[in-house]
Amino acid sequence: MFQKDTIAAIATGMTNAGIGIIRVSGTEAIEVVDRMFRAKNPSKTIQDTPSYSALFGNICDGDSVLDEAICLVMRGPNSYTTEDVVEIQCHGGIVMLQKILELVIRSGARAAEPGEFTKRAFLGGRIDITQAESVMDMIHAKNELAARSSATQLQGKLSVKIKELRRMILEHIAYIESALDDPENYSLDGYSEGLSVQVTDTIQSVNALLATADEGKMIKEGIRTVILGKPNAGKSSLLNQLLGEERAIVTEVAGTTRDTLEEDAVIQGIPLRIIDTAGIHETVDIVEKIGVDKAKNSVKDADLILYVVDAARPLDADDKQIMSLLKDEKVITILNKIDMEQVVDKECITCEIQTPVVEISAKTGDGLQDLCECLKNLFFHGKLTMNDEVYITNLRHKQALMETRESLERVLDSIEQQMPEDFLTIDLMAAYEQLGYILGEALGDDLANEIFSKFCMGK
Amino acid sequence: MPQIEETYDVVVVGAGHAGCEAALAAARMGLETIIFTVSMDSVAMMPCNPNIGGSSKGHLVREIDALGGEMGKNIDKTYIQSKMLNESKGPAVHSLRAQADKAEYSRAMRMVMEETELLTLRQAEVSEILSEGNQITGIRTFSGGTYYAKAVILCTGVYLKARCIHGDVSYPTGPNGLQAANYLTESLLKLGIPVRRFKTGTPARIDKRSIDFSKMAEQKGDERIVPFSFTNTEEDIKREQISCWLTYTNETTHEIIKSNIDRSPLFSGAIEGTGPRYCPSIEDKVMKFPDKDRHQVFIEPEGEYTNEMYVGGMSSSLPEDVQFAMYRSVPGLENARIVRNAYAIEYDCIDATQLKPTLEFQGFDGLFAAGQFNGSSGYEEAAAQGFMAGVNASRKILGKDPIILDRSQAYIGVLIDDLVTKETAEPYRMMTSRAEYRLLLRQDNADLRLTDIGYEIGLIDEARYEKFCQKREAIDKEIERLESVTVGANKKMQEFLETAGSTPLKTAATLADLVRRPELSYDKIAPVDPDRQPLPADVVEQININLKYDGYIKRQKQQVEHFKKLEKKLIPADLNYDDVQNLRKEARQKLNAIRPTSVGQASRISGVSPADISVLLIYLGA
Repeated sequence: MFQKDTIAAIATGMTNAGIGIIRVSGTEAIEVVDRMFRAKNPSKTIQDTPSYSALFGNICDGDSVLDEAICLVMRGPNSYTTEDVVEIQCHGGIVMLQKILELVIRSGARAAEPGEFTKRAFLGGRIDITQAESVMDMIHAKNELAARSSATQLQGKLSVKIKELRRMILEHIAYIESALDDPENYSLDGYSEGLSVQVTDTIQSVNALLATADEGKMIKEGIRTVILGKPNAGKSSLLNQLLGEERAIVTEVAGTTRDTLEEDAVIQGIPLRIIDTAGIHETVDIVEKIGVDKAKNSVKDADLILYVVDAARPLDADDKQIMSLLKDEKVITILNKIDMEQVVDKECITCEIQTPVVEISAKTGDGLQDLCECLKNLFFHGKLTMNDEVYITNLRHKQALMETRESLERVLDSIEQQMPEDFLTIDLMAAYEQLGYILGEALGDDLANEIFSKFCMGK
Repeated sequence: MPQIEETYDVVVVGAGHAGCEAALAAARMGLETIIFTVSMDSVAMMPCNPNIGGSSKGHLVREIDALGGEMGKNIDKTYIQSKMLNESKGPAVHSLRAQADKAEYSRAMRMVMEETELLTLRQAEVSEILSEGNQITGIRTFSGGTYYAKAVILCTGVYLKARCIHGDVSYPTGPNGLQAANYLTESLLKLGIPVRRFKTGTPARIDKRSIDFSKMAEQKGDERIVPFSFTNTEEDIKREQISCWLTYTNETTHEIIKSNIDRSPLFSGAIEGTGPRYCPSIEDKVMKFPDKDRHQVFIEPEGEYTNEMYVGGMSSSLPEDVQFAMYRSVPGLENARIVRNAYAIEYDCIDATQLKPTLEFQGFDGLFAAGQFNGSSGYEEAAAQGFMAGVNASRKILGKDPIILDRSQAYIGVLIDDLVTKETAEPYRMMTSRAEYRLLLRQDNADLRLTDIGYEIGLIDEARYEKFCQKREAIDKEIERLESVTVGANKKMQEFLETAGSTPLKTAATLADLVRRPELSYDKIAPVDPDRQPLPADVVEQININLKYDGYIKRQKQQVEHFKKLEKKLIPADLNYDDVQNLRKEARQKLNAIRPTSVGQASRISGVSPADISVLLIYLGA
């Protein structure tokens, strides 16, 4: 993990933009890009390109051209990381960037860890300790985030499937190891044939998983956050506060429907995609059927709802109607306008719906910090999750699956060559570790525990 | 009242397998050494199984031998049966195991000790550790004698506050009714060293004359004898071997155990210590694996000049009457007469994460520990630790750098790293699955891996080192020759390949390529290699292994290089983890307690995450 190998990542944001940049850094950065880039002028290569010069050409996966790109070459030590760096500037579609990054990885780089470019910059003496400290914060926050997302997001089918594969592999390792440590009790006669069938099945399962990863669905970043509330409750002010306060707007994209606006913001390190339903309220009352339908739809798709209540006006039929939509959803109720005289307090809300309640003034910004804290608590306690996995995590999963497959194929090779069983566990163990990487689980004492629980080791 | 006062360099407490290796290493390295035992008749005693070696443990013995320890030589002198286990498997898991003549093993080791210069043996119970501040200054015996020393090595085995139990009978003794050591625990606690309680057990011994061997399967030794020690050849140690016997428990046995399980001190709660899962008592096996309708039972001789037979696989702490019924339900044991009862034993030991990888206590200068006292189990594990503790205590006194073997160098490295890094909840036993790089850590190449280190320590003499260097050179030269000699696809060659059951050559190949073919070997290709000189069998073995498995070996070497990167990043001994911002609380606590010497060791502590390692690396400016 800490060796000076060559790393790569998408350097630009995870939203569709005009241009996207993939950064490659490390001792083999130049060779890696040369393996997948054909300059328009066939006599030129990245290798021959002087530092701080660019080369124009095509990104090629074998014979097929993926995209046109400009490669900027920066040779170490005069680069950000102090290593050789190549930046591939290509067209900014997320799906295309993903494909190109995968190609870079297949060409010999590996997906960068969070903060790894900056870490290398520090280790190379390029940045000082104050800057490095912020990197430490980032590594840590990202890691918690990643751990949280692997724990909570991977509850789904993928995780079940991977756990199943992993358990199967561990059982085989444990059996073989038990037989090696206790040959009197456990025989390996004919074991390889059965193993070969199961490993072949497992490779097929891994291939199936890899195929779903290749479908190239649109990646959305951030927690889908819908702001709801009756007219004039202060929704837009809240949105502006959230965006303005953090100054972390990544981009502004018009939504699929004309009357919703989606904004990306990062609050306390948590990426949010905020969907403002403001348009609805300008034309129709929320109690009207069409408005209710729209609100219902956005509630259904949301990972998080920020329900804004006007604390200066009594709760009315509109509020009751909205509250009835919010059952079982992830909601933070925001009691707005605390700068004015309050007629609604926390208890009025909590006797109606069970949600965290935060008091703020969207006008002055008072209480905004409480909202951020509340958000963070929900997220880190696993109550708040994202519909889509964070992109880079996903790619690392893919890489881990590819390495799993490679190890399993080695197992088959070894069986074919009739290698003794103890050679098989070398690569089975590698596959087991790679799958554990996806689940965020270290090896620990799994094996010893499995051996002792399943096998009766007698001496 | 006048009391004895003497001064030594090294004091070793306990003369079991750890203590013997520790004391021999220290004395042979030129230090005045004294070793204490509660009984001179129990030096290097084998209170449980009558064998040395076995899966992964055989590796440890080979490694001890390569470094200049005694265990391998001693078992070569006193074995009564020898077997290479796992021979149908790959070379990484071949493991040598020898049945020992227990009394002879003990007597032979004691004699070596008695004849070692600078080594004093003394029968006395050590009751107190003496210190000035954090500097250990010596020990005091129960009879009041004071022995000053620069280093004290604790190898107390299972003797601290030992208690032997079967049924509702409990004796306050060590194994075999030997005197327990009841005072040293208090002294440890006074120094601020916490102890914990582990338990283990042993089966009954049965009179050979009461066994019907016709109902059992004979287990003979190997025809070809492989010595443990580099210093011996097959001819040196060949002897008449004695057989072991195999029989099985059955449903009657299991029924007897089940219907009496409430009388077991383990199930009634009378035993509080934690036992090893890998060495379960027969009642544990029956209760935990109800689907198994039988368990293997090995009847093994305790020696050549005794009728006592060890009942391997049936350790127990059930009451005496249940033991009789249970053993007599096993085919061949219908009329068995028990000579010694089976029993469980409980004892005080430490959590070895208190130790540095040198086996010296953190926070105490000159206090070392080894063996079962450190929470391990097994004669071989004990001897390996004892040897390393003896070497490192001596080197500290001599002002030399410690010797720390890492996980890629030796099973001994894996053993000690696991003990001082991972908190284990039960007695620790070596297993092949614990070694990540076991294809490199074979028992056949222990000498090639470690003799240089043994020579540097000063425990391998010139003559042996010379002989070793010749072996190493012969291997390298011959591999080089095989890689460089090209043979053509001529008619004679194709005929040879056909008769050898191999496929014809398409183009020219090297002799090494031929050796690599699964169906061929160095010996088999002799007819097409007229220029070869005769070579000893152990050299040929290395040539075959290195050529045949070179793909796998290369891959493991790459893994080792990766592993070494973090091992080489050392952590200053005085690092205060509270100063390292951004470490998680759990990681901070663990790191402050275990105090790893390298980032690599830190990464193996449970509760320290990859993110914590990143933070640590950046803090260290690594």
